[in-house]
Amino acid sequence: MELHELTVKEASEKLLNKEISAKELSGALLDRAKTLDKDLHAFLAFTEERAKQDADSADAAIKQDRAMPLTGIPYAVKDNILIEGIQATAGSKILENYKATYTATSMKRLMNQLPVLIGKTNLDEFAMGSSTENSAYGPTKNPYDMSRVPGGSSGGSAAAVASGQALFAFGTDTGGSVRQPASFCGVVGFKPTYGRISRYGLIALGSSLDQLGIFAKTVEDVALIAQTVSGPDEYDSTALNKPVADYTSLLNNDVKGMRIGIPKEYFASGIDPEVEKIVKDAIKRFQDLGATVGEVSLPHTEYALATYYIILPVEVSANLSRYDGQRYGFSAPGKTLEEVYVNSRSLGFGAEPKRRIMIGTYASSAGYSDAYYKKAKLAQQLIRKDFTDAFEKFDLLITPTTPTPAFKLGEKSDPLSMYLADIFTVGLNIAGVPGISIPAGMTQSGLPVGIQLVAPHFAEEKLFTAGHAFQKSLDQKFKPTLTK
Amino acid sequence: MSYEPVIGLEVHVQLKTASKMFCRSKNAEASRPNQHICEICTGQPGTLPVINKEAVRKSLMVGLALNCEIPKYSKFDRKNYFYPDLPKGYQISQFDLPLNGKGKFEVHVNGQLREIGITRAHLEEDAGKLMHAAKGDYSLVDYNRAGVPLLEIVSEPDIRTPEEAKVYLQELQNLMRYLGVSDADMEKGHLRCDANISLRKKGEKSFPPYKVEVKNMNSFRAVERALIFEIKRQTEMLDEDKTPAKETRGWVDDKGITVSQRSKEESQDYRYFPEPDLPVLEFTPEFLTELKRELPELPQARKKRFMEQLNLNAADAQTLVGYKELSDYFEEVVSEIDDWCKADNIELSSDEHAKFVKLAANWSLGQFLALLNEAKLNPNDSKITQENFAELIKMIGTGKVSQLSAKDIFAKMFETGEDPSNLLESMGLAQVSDEGALLAAVQKVMAANPKGVEDAKTKGERAFGFLVGQSMKELKGKGNPQIISDLIKKELDK
Repeated sequence: MELHELTVKEASEKLLNKEISAKELSGALLDRAKTLDKDLHAFLAFTEERAKQDADSADAAIKQDRAMPLTGIPYAVKDNILIEGIQATAGSKILENYKATYTATSMKRLMNQLPVLIGKTNLDEFAMGSSTENSAYGPTKNPYDMSRVPGGSSGGSAAAVASGQALFAFGTDTGGSVRQPASFCGVVGFKPTYGRISRYGLIALGSSLDQLGIFAKTVEDVALIAQTVSGPDEYDSTALNKPVADYTSLLNNDVKGMRIGIPKEYFASGIDPEVEKIVKDAIKRFQDLGATVGEVSLPHTEYALATYYIILPVEVSANLSRYDGQRYGFSAPGKTLEEVYVNSRSLGFGAEPKRRIMIGTYASSAGYSDAYYKKAKLAQQLIRKDFTDAFEKFDLLITPTTPTPAFKLGEKSDPLSMYLADIFTVGLNIAGVPGISIPAGMTQSGLPVGIQLVAPHFAEEKLFTAGHAFQKSLDQKFKPTLTK
Repeated sequence: MSYEPVIGLEVHVQLKTASKMFCRSKNAEASRPNQHICEICTGQPGTLPVINKEAVRKSLMVGLALNCEIPKYSKFDRKNYFYPDLPKGYQISQFDLPLNGKGKFEVHVNGQLREIGITRAHLEEDAGKLMHAAKGDYSLVDYNRAGVPLLEIVSEPDIRTPEEAKVYLQELQNLMRYLGVSDADMEKGHLRCDANISLRKKGEKSFPPYKVEVKNMNSFRAVERALIFEIKRQTEMLDEDKTPAKETRGWVDDKGITVSQRSKEESQDYRYFPEPDLPVLEFTPEFLTELKRELPELPQARKKRFMEQLNLNAADAQTLVGYKELSDYFEEVVSEIDDWCKADNIELSSDEHAKFVKLAANWSLGQFLALLNEAKLNPNDSKITQENFAELIKMIGTGKVSQLSAKDIFAKMFETGEDPSNLLESMGLAQVSDEGALLAAVQKVMAANPKGVEDAKTKGERAFGFLVGQSMKELKGKGNPQIISDLIKKELDK
């Protein structure tokens, strides 16, 4: 097996057995990336120097027998996550030359394990989008079909893992930005409970919805990484002080007797038949594994997307105010202060951030806030209750991750059709519950399709247990051919 | 036409905490711009606020002292606007659930008690400071102040005169110092005041259809002067049947006028919404009970104690408690007096003890306060130690030095910090109480002034005083006046 095809666990074993060195492993991936990523464009920057230093530290630790499970493993980080001294553009021109002045708490925790940073990955500008086409630095392509999108907004990270340029990667998930591209790219994508992982050092999109997400080839790898970065943070009051279960030791728990709910609203019209079949096969597989399944209703599902597109833009309209051409990032000159603001933001932001700033400003304005923002916050309570009610009867829910497999670049030119790509993922963010997308099958035309598992608040271990059992039983390799 | 001013004040108090409101940067005086800053208070991408518990506690203490209703829940909100001193493009403030709700504050205006309603007191973060280049077309920003905890205390429009406004501010400043929550120094910007003022016809109860906000007043005096100016300006307009504009005006101290800054005909929409990065605060009854227990003695309680325990009159007690540091100093002097009274077996409840305390109060409020004001010093910064102060009081009370000589000694003590008994010697001001020496002087004066003696026998008090004065003069001011008058009386009766 080639090095780039290894899982994190397999690579770790080889490193610990000294079959390979961290330097060789990251070197092989970076060499591969040099030719591959010209077309794929998963990365906005490779951090070769940093990778060398990281690999040296990892190799030294391995030599001294103080290696940890992620020591020496090459990883990629979405370019809206801060690592001190390294660029963090958020895919926007307005942060074109911005270098982080500090490191995100989650990344600090990860770095304690001495993994090897390969680079920063592409994304829709400020994580606004579902295709990575909104990046100010050009789109990322789908490793399974270069004419298609990888999904988004964490499309770069998904494509990096799918194409073997990194063995795992981080993204952010505000409405599906990890799970949806994971489904499009045939990798595992995990979004934790809101409050499970510190947001400190994640460039904020929707503060009440954002979470760090993890991509890897296997659920097992994701569980290990989640274990490393989860937990409370004194720099983030919303990262709750809830105990983090020992995810890896719970992986092999029995699925037998697990109650899995099928939300009927997620199988209504508009699903691609091939996707529907793959999800139904997956449900059957869970039954074969001993789970009991039953239908459940999440009656307010139809309001989730509308709710999201009020709450999110309102938070965006404030969160993006700091990009004003005054202290850092892109600044366009002007004769007056007002002109500097207007010019910097007009030229610095792309169309989607501007659209959402305008929607959010409108929806939070005096006289409109009650009708929009406050109503949306009430709807959020109902949607949240749908999930908590469902979890009184079920341990997990299963849904398609997306209604269709990866679509063509340029196919969804109107914003609304793009927003609909998140229809099955966005409800989880509104409710704050964790979810994971796991590759479940391929379409006739060779595109991967994922299923989404949903767990109650702070019950991530259930996702990992069920997901791991599913993956083990599904003897199917997801490996892109990487042809144009 | 006779009008009544309707005045409300918005006071911003910088809270004294170790770190800023939402980050770990120091909340302290800085020696250079942008010294106490970090990624959070400069609004770097990805940063999050964390609430400073001490700032919340101090805000609630102010609320308790102002008799405010404290809600069960309180939260922070984002107030959105663009300005270079505001790093995030929004200020974290409080909108509909402030830490402190309705309250009241009693102030003392010309011996009258006035109750001023408090609308609310909420917690927010301060902005940075713009520094405009003298030459050149740019401004610089100093973020040392950005993120410093700021308590905004909003009064009801209950204030009726500029003097009342000034007293309200002074007493509020004093309260902040009693609570130890802020230095509340107006000149340093720890305490900032905006005023809303309008006029209505005397006797009317409804509020005028306009309101003028006055900013940029950097001292108590400026607040009073600006309001006096506004009353005159608005009176003149109303007399001409014009309604003053709804606007913000700035006080120009050196010119003594206010000038229009911006119209408030259309109110700015700050698009407040709940701060998603911060949890809602919930206060348990136990927490509030504990906080109440921790409240220090406040001015009015202290005044009552001064009157009841130290027999001070209401006016003296009020003046003392109105200046916290002076009250503290005075109490330390009294405790020194208590110590030697105990040592000398003088009953603490006795008239003798009360006489010393009264002397200490008089000297604190008289000579000491005058010298402090002249030198612009705080009591604790003066060179006179409480021990030396008490010693001088003892010397006066026991007749070792005359009040007159004591003034010279006190002035010297204030200048050099020297011990009063040493000064008494070196300045040769020891009071002569030796009857032999005094009698010699009295007899000499009486012999030289037969007319004076005659007058004193027939014309009484005033003529008698002449003899005392002449005797004092003979003794170079060092004679004990009580003994001198006793001796003159005896001589006249002979």
